[in-house]
Formats: sequence, structure tokens, C-alpha cells
Amino acid sequence: MAETITMPKLGFDMAEGTLVRWVRNEGENINKGDVLAEIETDKATVEVESSVGGVVRKLLVDAGAVVPIGAAIAIIGSADEKIDEPKAVSAQPSTKAEIAPQVPPKAAPIVQSIVVPQMGPVKASPLAKKMARDTKVDLSRVQGTGPGGRIVRKDIENILSAGPTISRANIPAYQPEIQTTPTDETIGMTKLRQAIARRMTESKTTVPHFYVSHEFKMDAVMVLRKQLNEYLPDNEKLSVNDFIVKAVALALREFPNLNASFADDKVIHHGAINVGVAVSVENGLLTVVSRNTDQQPLRRISVEVKRMAAGAREGKVRPGDIEGSTFSISNLGMYDVENFAAIINPPEAAILAVGSAREVPVVENGELKAGWRMKATISVDHRVSDGAKAAQFMQALAKYLEEPLRLLV
Amino acid sequence: MARITMREAISQALWEEMERDPAVFILGEEVGVWGGSYAVTKGFYDHFGGERVRDTPIAEAGIIGAAIGAALVGQRPVAELMTINFAFSAMDHIVNEAAKFHYMFAGQFKLPLVIRTVGGGGRQLGATHSQTPDAIFAHFPGLKVVAPGTPEDAKGLLKSAIRSNDPILFIEHATMYQVRGEVRDGDFTIPIGQSKIQRAGKDVTIISYSKGLEISTKAADELAKEGIEAEIVDLRTLRPLDMEPVFESFQKTNRAVVVEEGWKSFGIGSEIASRIYEECFDYIDAPIQRVAQDEVPLPYNRTLEQAALPQPEDVIAAVKVVL
Repeated sequence: MAETITMPKLGFDMAEGTLVRWVRNEGENINKGDVLAEIETDKATVEVESSVGGVVRKLLVDAGAVVPIGAAIAIIGSADEKIDEPKAVSAQPSTKAEIAPQVPPKAAPIVQSIVVPQMGPVKASPLAKKMARDTKVDLSRVQGTGPGGRIVRKDIENILSAGPTISRANIPAYQPEIQTTPTDETIGMTKLRQAIARRMTESKTTVPHFYVSHEFKMDAVMVLRKQLNEYLPDNEKLSVNDFIVKAVALALREFPNLNASFADDKVIHHGAINVGVAVSVENGLLTVVSRNTDQQPLRRISVEVKRMAAGAREGKVRPGDIEGSTFSISNLGMYDVENFAAIINPPEAAILAVGSAREVPVVENGELKAGWRMKATISVDHRVSDGAKAAQFMQALAKYLEEPLRLLV
Repeated sequence: MARITMREAISQALWEEMERDPAVFILGEEVGVWGGSYAVTKGFYDHFGGERVRDTPIAEAGIIGAAIGAALVGQRPVAELMTINFAFSAMDHIVNEAAKFHYMFAGQFKLPLVIRTVGGGGRQLGATHSQTPDAIFAHFPGLKVVAPGTPEDAKGLLKSAIRSNDPILFIEHATMYQVRGEVRDGDFTIPIGQSKIQRAGKDVTIISYSKGLEISTKAADELAKEGIEAEIVDLRTLRPLDMEPVFESFQKTNRAVVVEEGWKSFGIGSEIASRIYEECFDYIDAPIQRVAQDEVPLPYNRTLEQAALPQPEDVIAAVKVVL
């Protein structure tokens, strides 16, 4: 029986995907679970696996074509059977396909390719889940070989019998002499880059931003963090950012017009406080969303954000992880940044840009001493709120960060 | 041990039980002088006489109604419906009376009734004479439904059915009367309500019964050539349904394919799959597959009929989906 492979739906709002590359050609044999093609969505490039074994009888779309979800892209069958061809989707010439030949071959990417062709939770059979529970295997680190990337018994058995493995990046060969001046390189825009470009342009050209900076005393947070982390397992250590996320959520409860959206002739004050945290991913960034952040314990916020950030970096986010934020935080503290200003993530009314917490000389009561300070700048939509409110918000935030025990009760 | 046909096995069971118990008698269309539409009762009329081998008018409701009455007063009727498709004419008697009298009259009556009938397609008898509505009858509490897949099971189960005090629908498959198999010698019975592992394997569990057993066995033979060892569980009785051997097998293989000749929707495969999902959730490694008849009235045309009926290739394809 010939099987038709269709464009998968990889996110709840995905309407179409770009078929980047065919991995198998017509006439080639393919096993169930082998990669058939690579497709690109707004959020990631993923591999589509064949759900059946057989011969690739017909590729129905050209590389570079934009295909609606559910549309047939290929037919897999036996070598000699008669197949009915669905109407082919005509290739739309894309910039990517045109410029492709100019891109010089790259060294093998260090990032492991994504095999799970979906953005939902880890797919595993009930048996595989139970085996993973019993043997303490982390399913998020297992590559499924079942249909659609499902983790099945065999995958867990293989992990258990193989033990941990270390993958190492290919190191390009040493080249003794510089040959020529490198030429210009034209890079096609990924869907994610395009989305960032569109939204940031929209924000910066239509939303009147103003900025308020504040320096926060972080000594108490640094001490409390150290104390708390002594009780937490390695993979659950709290970051400075976790404290900021919680503090922002509590401060927002006092400032509903910063947890808001501008909507033409009215302003919506959101009931839920869902704090988005910008996560740097390959070639862009995504905002993962902590929900009802003001009501969540610090530890849960930390674990959830870690999980979602890891998922985002691996291209495995769930749609719910990146939708619905009401306020965003962009933290470049890990890069030793003193201060910066962020562009508002529409339709939100404000975003907080956070620098590094650093030990600096400070004057307190006329005395010079060492202290932990962190600068942050809030960008606010002036249509929604004003400078004084933003400044008061920063003071409220300071209150939580300077007395961080408030974050624990 | 003797290697006999399904027809001979069923015939022997009837003959031996009629010899053993004078309360046992047969009624149905053409069962007497003609010897049965499928020649199961050939020779019975001459041996047991017209009182115990009764030809009836073509009136299924009458056959079952009369049989119920006889059973209520202490006889042990074996009513034959020429095909299960005609059971619909007697549906009220079967499901509203036979299946419920014992319960509704608080156990005052026993209903030792066997309805022998013939189901299944594949003989170009057209859409109305080729159905496999086994699941419909298995739906009703109070009615036992037996459908053997081997001559030995047919003989042992029919003897149990005749000796049982419950109403039993005994479904024989139209294309299996010539199937041969080893049958134990002497007087033996096989308990109703026990599934059986008909073939041992470790890679996948195929659950089936009746004609599906033959299809599954052919598929398993082919799969064995590729090194895939299928275990086959034969349900033998659809109600009461014995799932223990299925669960045991599934917990070993973690994969299952259910094969039935009836339609997939609301069918035997749905029931078996649901019970596995309920009882063995943590053992499931692949979505359970159902192989069944295409959802069309069965065509008369031979090629189309065979295309619509489940075939060994369909079972093989389903097994490969779960592996």
C-alpha cells in the first residue's frame, strides 16, 4: 500500500512550512524512521521522518517550496506498485534556493540536529516512559526511532546497553596558508529571523518607547541565592534571573498598566501575569513564558524556565511555552553587560533589560565599600504609561530585590 | 488423534451429544431430509428420525421462538440458522428473550439453547448473505457467543455448548467447513470462555478468532521467514471474553494487531484494543492496529470481494506498522 507523507503541523499556529531539502531522492529505499526531508517553520528547522518503509516513489514538491500543512509532499510505496499522484504543489522560487550555491560548505555544525519533528512534549510510548521512569533515563535526551520520532522500547534498551556517549564536533582540518580574501556572503533569512525583523520593525516604528534605568542593590539576593542553592540539586540551582523574574511579577501586581496591552482606543490590563524570558537560540531569540509568575514559587519558576529555555535551544519548545507573555525580560547579565535598552515585544507595554550583577565600589553612609549592584532599564510604551509610573515600578522592583525574602513568602 | 474437517468435527459433536442425551434435538431449514445447507446433519434424519431432526418453514423468528419454548420446558434444542444474516429476522427472540429470560425471571428458568449459524464472506453470496456481525451479538449480556477457528475447538466447544444451560450463539465460518485439523479421539469438551495461544512468538501479538485465525497464521508463516515471531491468541469465545492470555502475551511483546473479518467500526478489534489500553497501558510500545473488512457492503464480484476482506498481506502490513 503506497503511503502519502504530508507536511506535518509542528506548532499550533503553523500554517505552512518551507521544504528546505530532500534528504532522499525518488527511487531510493527508505526505512520507517529515516529522515526524508528537512523543513523549516517560523521557529526551527526540523527533519521529517518517513512513517513507513519502502521506496520513495514520488517527491511531490520541489526543494524551496512553501507547503501548507497537511498537503502531500511525497509518496512511499513498493517499487512496482501503481500509485495515484495527488496534485503536486508547485515550487515557489525562494531566495534561499537561489542563493544556496553561493554559500560555501560549512564545517559540520556543533549543534546536534533535531530529530523530533514536532514542538509538543517528548513523544514516547507508554512502555518507553515506564522504562525511563524505572531506569531514570531522561527522555528529553533520547532520540526516538519510532514513527514520528517516537521513543520506543528499543531506544531505551539501546541507551541502557550503550551507557553514556559523548558526541564530539568535527574539527576542520588545519589549513597552512591563507588562500584568498574571503568573499561577501549572502545569508538567506530564516523564518525566525524574518519574524524577528518584522516584529521589531513594527515595534520600533509604531510604539513610542521611553526608557527608565535604575541601579539595584543585589547584595541580599546574592547571599540568599548562595544559601538556597546549598539545598538544591545541581540541575536546579537558582540563577539571579530567577529572582528577577519573580520580583518583576510581584511588582507588576502593583502596576497593572505595565502588565498591559495598547489596543487602539483602549488599554487592556491583563489579569494574568505571565513573564516572558528572552532566550538566545541559534540565529535568533525566542521568549519563553512563565505563567502566573506572581503565584509560582521561585523554585518552580526556575525549573520551568530552565526546561523551556533548553527546549527552545534544541528547537523543541511546546507552543504553550512561547505564547501569551504579558511582560518580557531580556537579561544579558551573563555577558558582562553594564546596561542596555530593549525593544518592546508587542503587544506588551513594557520590557525590562537587565545587565550584570557586579561587585563594585559603593558609598553607603559616607563610607566606601564593596557591594553588588545591577543595572536594568525598562522600555515602556508611552501610549500606555508614563515615566513616573515606570520609575515607581523600578522602585517597587528594588524593594523586592533588596529584601528578597519577600520572594519566598 | 484423527485429521478431520471442520464439517466432520461439528457433525460428530452433534451426533455424539444426540446419542448421549435424548433431550437434544435439531431444528432448522433443510436440516432433515436434505442434510443441512452445509451438509453438517447429513444422515441424521435417517438415524434419529423426524421427531429429533425437524425441518422448519423459512421463518427464523419461528425457529428461535420454538427453540426457546422447548428449552424452557426442559429440552435441549440445537437450532440452525442457515446464515447469521437471517438471525436479524429472529433478533427480538435472540436478544430480548433468549438472552434475558434467566435474568428477568430471577433464575426460575434455564435456557439450554444452542443456535448454530454460519457467518463470514468469501463465497460470492452477495452483500446480504456474507456478513460478519459477530460483534453485534457479543454486545448483549446474557448471550454467549462462540466462534471456533479449528476443528478440534469446534467439536469440543459445541459439545460444551450443548451441555450448557445458557443460550449460546455458535458461529461457524462459511469458508472453513473443509479446513482440516487434528482432533482428539473420544468424548471431550473444551470450556467456553477460554482464549488460547495457538502459536507462540515473542515479537508481536496477533489476536483473532474464527477465519481470522487462518489469515493470521498465514501471515505469521510469512513473517517467520523474515525472522519476525508472531504470537497468535485465538479468542474462541467472544462473550464471555477471556483476556488473560492476551494480556500475558502483550506484556511480553508490547505490540498487538487484532484481526477480524467484520467491519472495523465498533468491532472486535476496538474492544480488544480498548481492554489492552485499559489494562496494559504501561506495556504499550506502539499503537495497537486493527485489521478488518473494508467499510463497504461486501461486493459480489470475486476480485472486489477478496479486496474488501482482510487478507494475510493486510496483517503483515499491520505487524510492520507496530514493529
